[in-house]
Amino acid sequence: MTSNPTPTRDLAVFVIFAAAVLTMPIWLAPIGAAYPDLLQKFAIYGLFATGFNLLFGLTGYLSFGHAAFLGVGSYTAVWGFKLLGMNPVPAAAMAIVTSGLFAWLIGYVSLRRSGIYFSILTLAFAQMSYNLAYSVLTPITNGETGLRVLQSDPRIFDTAAQSGGPLVSTLFGIEMSGYPGFYFCATFLILGFLVAQRIFRSPFGTMLRAVKSNQNRMNYTGLNPRPYTLAVFVISGMYAGLAGALLCITDPLAGAERMQWTASGEVVLMTILGGVGTLLGPILGAGIIKYFENIFSAFNEHILQDIFSFLPEALQGPVVSISGLFVGEGWHLTLGVLFMIIVILLPGGIMEGVGRITSMVKGGSRKKHQHQTAPAE
Amino acid sequence: MEILKVEGVNKAFGGLKALHDVNLSVEAGTVHAIIGPNGAGKSTLLNCFVGRLIPDTGSVTFNGTTSLIGLKAHEINQTGVSRVFQTPEIFGELTILENVMIPTMARRDGEFSLQFWRRLDADAEVRDKALHMLEDLGLASKKDIIAGSLSRGDKRRLELAMCLVQDPKLLLLDEPTAGMSRADTNNTIDLLQRIGEERGITKVVIEHDMHVVFSLADKISVLAQGTVIAEGTPQAIKGDPRVQEAYLGGAHL
Repeated sequence: MTSNPTPTRDLAVFVIFAAAVLTMPIWLAPIGAAYPDLLQKFAIYGLFATGFNLLFGLTGYLSFGHAAFLGVGSYTAVWGFKLLGMNPVPAAAMAIVTSGLFAWLIGYVSLRRSGIYFSILTLAFAQMSYNLAYSVLTPITNGETGLRVLQSDPRIFDTAAQSGGPLVSTLFGIEMSGYPGFYFCATFLILGFLVAQRIFRSPFGTMLRAVKSNQNRMNYTGLNPRPYTLAVFVISGMYAGLAGALLCITDPLAGAERMQWTASGEVVLMTILGGVGTLLGPILGAGIIKYFENIFSAFNEHILQDIFSFLPEALQGPVVSISGLFVGEGWHLTLGVLFMIIVILLPGGIMEGVGRITSMVKGGSRKKHQHQTAPAE
Repeated sequence: MEILKVEGVNKAFGGLKALHDVNLSVEAGTVHAIIGPNGAGKSTLLNCFVGRLIPDTGSVTFNGTTSLIGLKAHEINQTGVSRVFQTPEIFGELTILENVMIPTMARRDGEFSLQFWRRLDADAEVRDKALHMLEDLGLASKKDIIAGSLSRGDKRRLELAMCLVQDPKLLLLDEPTAGMSRADTNNTIDLLQRIGEERGITKVVIEHDMHVVFSLADKISVLAQGTVIAEGTPQAIKGDPRVQEAYLGGAHL
């Protein structure tokens, strides 16, 4: 808690993190998570949660509407494809700009309040965006069907060969699906992590923690909390917009359900599960939730019967039907149980668990030191 | 030269007249105490100086020309007014050093600055200034401790460091010894006296403790029922029958 993160240590963490992300296809293979679609999701939602944590972890402002920025990013990226062609870079850049502007608008209004009122305002804005995407904005969002790229779209920068080809995002002739898609997303996750790390250690980040700690003192110290919260809200919205664009870069289809409140809630869960206010926690949380979603929802009764086939027949039936509640469609139940266990036992999320284990391994000398720095009264 | 001039300030909360035609003039480089019984309007008056309350009528002028009426709290601070609270207001989750670096940066970089790429600990100028201040107030050995875990006396010392590091022209102290033991109170008096001599900062002190007031103040204003009933040197105030009337209902001080 009182350890000072030195530049060397931060660099080491960054290098290890980047290496771990890029080698995910290898070390995630034993748990059956090393297929490109899931790896892409790890990277994209890790980025989304990292951005969310910049706002929530540093300033304590809990946004319940971050999915709106994810959706805006997705729609913008698909429009980028439609108008400019299938190159993912301009699409991503456009998505960052639009979601940033959108976040500035929503943040400008919502940040007039704090606490639960701020959360409700952001939730209301996101639900409004979701409903608008379904109704009056249909010319832009294509409503229920979802927005996709068509052969007839202008795509002005696409060459003749490309415009006849399949409608997937392409960079330097490489299609952004499968492993290339994952590495494209992973690059952004690593960049996003680097920016987040810099923000955490910067004067700006310290001011954001001051916002969370004591706004009254901040005011009387000559600092205006509003531009600080608005700036981080916009940065956080841009992360979400980029994540939304990456979802469309790997699969060029944008639908309104991406903006629904459940999606906003999911990123809150990811962040809390991994550890609010830590750099790695939200990314771990995102990975765990996406893993559970993909692995447990794929289980069916047949697979369960195979697993429990060692049990006597009389037991096998009940065990399979009870555990069946927790898999397939019911995977949210597993997630809920896991979430409750973690939040009750480790309020600081998985990163608190990691911290406890490392301090246990490092042994007694450090423990004594911690006692010395305990409250004086 | 007068650094703070208060003229004809009125403030009412509904039917309650908290301040009634208050006039006050604080000379630069002095310690000006505002005393008065509970409910006299001392805190209301202080809140009118720092932008928390806006007087209904009247003017508050700082440094000869700057009107403080209508400015926000952070703008008033940036003109050179710092405030110590009755209960220390610090950044409880941050380290002591960070607590002092924040006001140092606020003074140098203004009310907002988007420095998100450089490292805070690489900012030697701010760090050195903050460390120097902590050494001066005897907190340097605790610089990496989380501020919320300090003792109450140390928290107050830290808050004072946070105000002083900004080199304020005017320091407002709201009951700086409230809830302190006699020994701590005397330490605080010594500290405030030393700071007064070394830095020449003008101070306005609100205080209940007469011992503190008479040890520190150059000039005292007595507030009762929202008006200034007496003003003068500590000696003059001690002997003033109106003050004894307001405080003790006529008994002798």
